[in-house]
Amino acid sequence: MKKIHEEQWNRFKANKRAYYSLYLFSFLFLISLFSELIANEKPLLIYFDGGFYCPFIKEYAETSFGGEFETTADYADPYVIELINAKGWIITPIIPFSYHTINYNLEGPAPAPPSRANWLGTDDRGRDVVARLLYGFRISVLFGLTLTLFSSAIGITAGAVQGYYGGTVDILGQRFIEIWSSLPTLFLLIILSSVVQPNFWWLLGITLLFGWMSLVSVVRAEFLRGRNFEYVTAAKALGLSDGRIIFRHVLPNAMVASITFMPFILGGSITTLTSLDFLGFGLPVGSPSLGELLAQGKANMQAPWLGISSFVVLSVMFSLLVFIGEGVRDAFDPRKVY
Amino acid sequence: MKDALLTIENLSVSFQMGKRTTRAVENVSLFLQKGETLGIVGESGSGKTVTAMSILRLLPGSAVYPSGAICFNGKNCLTIPDDDIREIRGNRISVIFQQPMTSLNPLHRIGKQVKEILFLHQDISHAEADKKALSWLERVGLKNPATKLSSFPHQLSGGERQRVMIAMALINEPDILIADEPTTALDVTVQAQILDLIRDLQKELGMAILFITHDLGIIKRIADRVAVMKDGQIVETNVPDIIFNSPSHPYTKHLINSEPKGKPDPVDDRDETLIDVSHLKVFFPIQKGILRRTVDYVRAVNDISFTLKKGRTLGIVGESGSGKTTAGFAILKLNRSTGKILLGKNSLNDLDKNKIRELRKRMQIIFQDPFGSLNPRMSVAEIIGEGLSIHNPGITPKDEEEKIIVVMEKVGLDPETRDRYPNEFSGGQHQRIAIARALILKPEFMVLDEPTSSLDRSVQFQVLELLKSLQKEFHLTYIFISHDLKVVKSLCHDIIVMKDGVIVESGPSEKIFSHPEQEYTRQLIATAFH
Repeated sequence: MKKIHEEQWNRFKANKRAYYSLYLFSFLFLISLFSELIANEKPLLIYFDGGFYCPFIKEYAETSFGGEFETTADYADPYVIELINAKGWIITPIIPFSYHTINYNLEGPAPAPPSRANWLGTDDRGRDVVARLLYGFRISVLFGLTLTLFSSAIGITAGAVQGYYGGTVDILGQRFIEIWSSLPTLFLLIILSSVVQPNFWWLLGITLLFGWMSLVSVVRAEFLRGRNFEYVTAAKALGLSDGRIIFRHVLPNAMVASITFMPFILGGSITTLTSLDFLGFGLPVGSPSLGELLAQGKANMQAPWLGISSFVVLSVMFSLLVFIGEGVRDAFDPRKVY
Repeated sequence: MKDALLTIENLSVSFQMGKRTTRAVENVSLFLQKGETLGIVGESGSGKTVTAMSILRLLPGSAVYPSGAICFNGKNCLTIPDDDIREIRGNRISVIFQQPMTSLNPLHRIGKQVKEILFLHQDISHAEADKKALSWLERVGLKNPATKLSSFPHQLSGGERQRVMIAMALINEPDILIADEPTTALDVTVQAQILDLIRDLQKELGMAILFITHDLGIIKRIADRVAVMKDGQIVETNVPDIIFNSPSHPYTKHLINSEPKGKPDPVDDRDETLIDVSHLKVFFPIQKGILRRTVDYVRAVNDISFTLKKGRTLGIVGESGSGKTTAGFAILKLNRSTGKILLGKNSLNDLDKNKIRELRKRMQIIFQDPFGSLNPRMSVAEIIGEGLSIHNPGITPKDEEEKIIVVMEKVGLDPETRDRYPNEFSGGQHQRIAIARALILKPEFMVLDEPTSSLDRSVQFQVLELLKSLQKEFHLTYIFISHDLKVVKSLCHDIIVMKDGVIVESGPSEKIFSHPEQEYTRQLIATAFH
């Protein structure tokens, strides 16, 4: 690691709140990446009659365990469990429900309140809330990260080119962005999502199409300022090419502003997905989504665990992102000394 | 001193930065008598401004005073309540700051800003205030004071703004005027006028002046007594005669001896011509209206021609706005120009971008602001080595490192410090880094754009000596752009005097300094060597 990055990392670590936020966020994200091992209706490992089975990877018919049907074994069925336990053992995940598993053994009507089986209750179709939050968190963060990555790449490039070259390039770019950003994004999204059946990539593409402008103005401003710095003139006098000047000398200045923005873009991307889901124009029906859970919370005021738990997950996620963003910004500021 | 107007006793000032405490001023004792001028002289960071600003408690909140007292009118300025100190500020004790550009509010008219001070401290009617403001603008020598009253700060020149600042400082006829480098940001000819103005007004009003500067020449002209400061302490206080003729403290001797002296090294007449500039013009269009039609041009450089032989230094002299820096940039192809620029046999204005890029290793530049010309995010080794890898694409990291070490030793930097960042170095060292960055490419020709004007005198001296020795060793050719004629005299073989984009006078350095032909040149020389 280069010394300057080491110093930045040390400065970031010195900010305890940001450091622990990053730690916690990475931990949560890492856990959610392994959601299938934590919340799954299928057991992780079965020992039956001298052989090992991995139902969460491979499907087995009920007959493999001595049952009667040729269909896939239903591991929630007490009869199947009994069959397996007679000749072996089962390791089940901590939460024996996937995001789409419907718990038919509820004591009351869905949505069911928190119980020992469903820690945070179930939603109005009897699906476990914890499982849905876990998978929903994963898909939200993945969506946010991908969108942030692509929109930053496009936005920084556009801003850098406009700011560095200025003049006609800048004017044309700015007018295009003005027109493009005045398109009514939400209506277009709604119309587009009724034309195509939106999935993860469709949504990503559509939101990217209208969301890449957020960094342009910041980066452009930094480049307009930065291209007149004396060390940029010095670099020109050394005979450096435009590309190298942009990357080595001007971009690092713009990066502080961009990176400070990034956690907010990430937050904004997640908000976009959540609100689309909330309105019902987002991910396909049945996908785990925080927005959909929020909508359920709104529709089922008698079941506060829906609204409260999705609210807590969303607010914790956004707070962590803001704290991390703050820490990153301070760490990148060369003038800031702790 | 019993009849002293202001006494500072054992003053110490520290700055609290997080857990760190930096001592800026240590046990300073001073006194100021009625009607006298006390000059405080010292290099940047010596604590002279901090001392003066503590009198009115104008320091930022992080300043603490571990010891000392400042007595004015029988009261201790450090301990009296905020309301009382405000009563003194701008009324009994006034300040003129270094930057006339930023000391005035750009959004208010001059008249309003001048009158504001009157309303603050005097019970005065609007009509009377108008009259008084007008008479003071006249008194500080502004032309057309009535129109100036309704002007905005940006419509005034630097010298005029400093005059307005003086009017604002003196309008309440204070007992003490604190002048913190009031002329540093101004051109030399304007400097002299402002100093004369301050002196005349002092005689009229009988006020005491605390004059802070790093320029010994100014101190010599204006001060009745001089205090020399170094590292937050006063090392010597005496009348100018003794300070300048028989200084007792070694630091004072060092300061006085670091005035640029000597002559440029003699050169051989048979040297070939390296640079030949003819009819060089740099025009910036002035565009007006919706269609942005070009109605006129700012003629920054208007038809200049000169030649420069190998191994010599050409000085381009002029005040700010004379086009000297623009001309320097044009010769290096850093801006658009017309005319013929010959570097050896290459006509720079006829070559394409890539050819120019290849030629850049032969021509280099050193900038005025040494810190600004170094990328704060790159280590010294990266800064120095950057050009090397561009012009020698196949170079191995080991070779590169060796060359960096050699060049750092050459410019007097410790190669061990090459992994540090620019902010860990001082102003003089920054300029050495910039010189090393240029030198590593083995250029034939360098443009030096006021390379010493933001440095302290003693550091200036070292940098100039370095430039001279490098010229001798590598047979370098310099174009030296400066407004400081003392420095120019010690370094340049030939001189061009520029004014408003044209050459007023040119010729060998000795001839220009001994027999200046033009009135403008005479004026420049007179103000520099008063």
